[in-house]
Amino acid sequence: MKTECLEWLEQLPSPDGVLASEQLIGRESLRNLGLPKKYSEAWRLTNLKRIEKILKLPLAQSNQYENSIDKNQWPEIPKDGVRIILNNETNYKTNLPNGIRFLSNDDIKETINLSHQSIDETNDWGVSVNKACNNKLLALKVDGLEEQSLEILIPSQKETLNPSRILLVLGKKAKLKLLQVIIGEGKSSNNNLIQIHLDEGSELNHGLICFGKNDSSLFTQACIKQNIDSKYELNAIQHGWSISRFEPRVFQQNGKAKTKLNGLQISSEKQQLATHSLVNFNGPEGELEQLQKSIAADQSHCIFNGAVKVPKEAQKTNASQLSRNLLISKAARIDTKPELEIVADDVKCAHGATISQLQEEELFYLRSRGIDSNQAATLLLKGYCQEIINNLPVAAERWQILNQIIENLNK
Amino acid sequence: MLKSETKLILEVCDLHANVEDQPILNGVNLQVYAGEIHAIMGRNGSGKSTLSKVIAGHPAYKITGGTIKFEDNNLLDLDPEERARLGVFLGFQYPIEIPGVSNLEFLRVSTNARREYEKKEELDTFEFEDFVQEKLKIVKMDPAFLNRSVNEGFSGGEKKRNEILQMALLEPKLAILDETDSGLDIDALRVVAAGVNKLATPNTATILITHYQRLLNEITPNYVHVMANGKILKTAGKELALQLEKSGYDWIEQISSNKEENQ
Repeated sequence: MKTECLEWLEQLPSPDGVLASEQLIGRESLRNLGLPKKYSEAWRLTNLKRIEKILKLPLAQSNQYENSIDKNQWPEIPKDGVRIILNNETNYKTNLPNGIRFLSNDDIKETINLSHQSIDETNDWGVSVNKACNNKLLALKVDGLEEQSLEILIPSQKETLNPSRILLVLGKKAKLKLLQVIIGEGKSSNNNLIQIHLDEGSELNHGLICFGKNDSSLFTQACIKQNIDSKYELNAIQHGWSISRFEPRVFQQNGKAKTKLNGLQISSEKQQLATHSLVNFNGPEGELEQLQKSIAADQSHCIFNGAVKVPKEAQKTNASQLSRNLLISKAARIDTKPELEIVADDVKCAHGATISQLQEEELFYLRSRGIDSNQAATLLLKGYCQEIINNLPVAAERWQILNQIIENLNK
Repeated sequence: MLKSETKLILEVCDLHANVEDQPILNGVNLQVYAGEIHAIMGRNGSGKSTLSKVIAGHPAYKITGGTIKFEDNNLLDLDPEERARLGVFLGFQYPIEIPGVSNLEFLRVSTNARREYEKKEELDTFEFEDFVQEKLKIVKMDPAFLNRSVNEGFSGGEKKRNEILQMALLEPKLAILDETDSGLDIDALRVVAAGVNKLATPNTATILITHYQRLLNEITPNYVHVMANGKILKTAGKELALQLEKSGYDWIEQISSNKEENQ
């Protein structure tokens, strides 16, 4: 297993660009880690055969971009909107709205360091792969009191490995609505790392749509550092990947921040979709509201692992985590696990998990009004997804994700 | 009443039904003609709600004998949605909450399903909004409820109004209202009853399942039936409801068991 990793590392180009030092760190970690192993708790449910395939893919090249991306499915950009496409270029040239600017290389050096207590870089496979092979960074800073909005589109080139990295800094009291869209293509793999720093009183509404197709895979990590009085809301949707793993990690560095994490994963065929979240409270009076939903159809598999850490200094933490799951096929599988580590003694930490099928009483109610059973099931599934989709930034509507999901489930 | 001139809408013959191998209906016979209002009363567990669900086609009940005819159709051969499209409507005792599904969308899809069967034109979103505004007046319902999820967070009274609103939209030939009066205050009861009265026509029929005389003060039934142990024990005019209110169910069950002994 280790040799496969070493072989892969050997054929990578020499470290280069603003992320050169990061590449060295990532390569060193991977040398020690090798491929993920079944006996490790974080990977025991993962289909490791599909992971092995990822390192066999060549890296995506920027000069191949125009020929290998299918843009037909992309909705138009709204008149006053801004879309940045991560097209495997090393420099992104886009007209940014007032209030958002590119970070300078000096700024980047100062803020890029990931290591805070939520992430053990040396033991983090997805992050290490990204660091090892990625030399492209989109680094943005949002300032001012006016609310900004932004769409970042991350396509994949067919039959390649597509790494990308985003560094996003929100200054004091800055507000942003961010829609991040990751699209998979035939036999591609996408690995995106987004790092977010939220300064005092800033607010980020983060929508993440991850749509794969045709045997594509996804690793995506979101590392969020929150200062006091900041608000972070995430609504993340995963659908259609042969294998995907989304790892949101939130670090409330001094507590007293608000975090809301909503996730929805919809799997069909033989897909395996996973969310491994971690929220780490590092000071008092932090808040977390987390809702994770999954729908598993056919012979697919959905996984959720929700870790919450409340150390001694995080008194008066108020956290709740709910995992609600729908199994709509006898051969489908759902694994869901809360993982609460609470040391502080004056906290509220609630958690719960349910797995069910479509409710017979709900179906009968709809059918008793003349709605046929297929249409009734579709209405119920739509309703189930809507609870998360409705919270996405408005710009997400153009992507018509609900229709795509239902279409795929009805196949 | 000259029954030969009016149309038979529902005919239940010797109906037997089980739930999880437990017999609940033990030979129900009932005929309902156009223009009639029937009330079915009886103790808890006597089989009233089961009868209504079996007529609507609830999949949890297994029919072990008998027939249900609705006009010229054998209802037991049809799915619940087909029965609804023919014009059978069940007002639920406990309307189901469906989070995430918009009430307006639900009402529109169901109305169009019924209209399609009736060969009426399908209503698009805008036409439906006009149509539903008219019907809201019948139940004096706040239009804000249209934009919420189906029954989610509705009070008991609002849920029942929503049921009658659905009845108004679907224009059924047979409406079975299962304890529509339970959980209603006096004002809400009057509104709901007025809605039912308004929707009853000479061509349609209504079956009210209720525990209380007070609903029958507002909606006058042609017949009152008393159910016990999965059968209709006694049928009479509206005066039976008054008698039940005064004396309870014991005397009827007494008479019936005496009858059986004599046989």
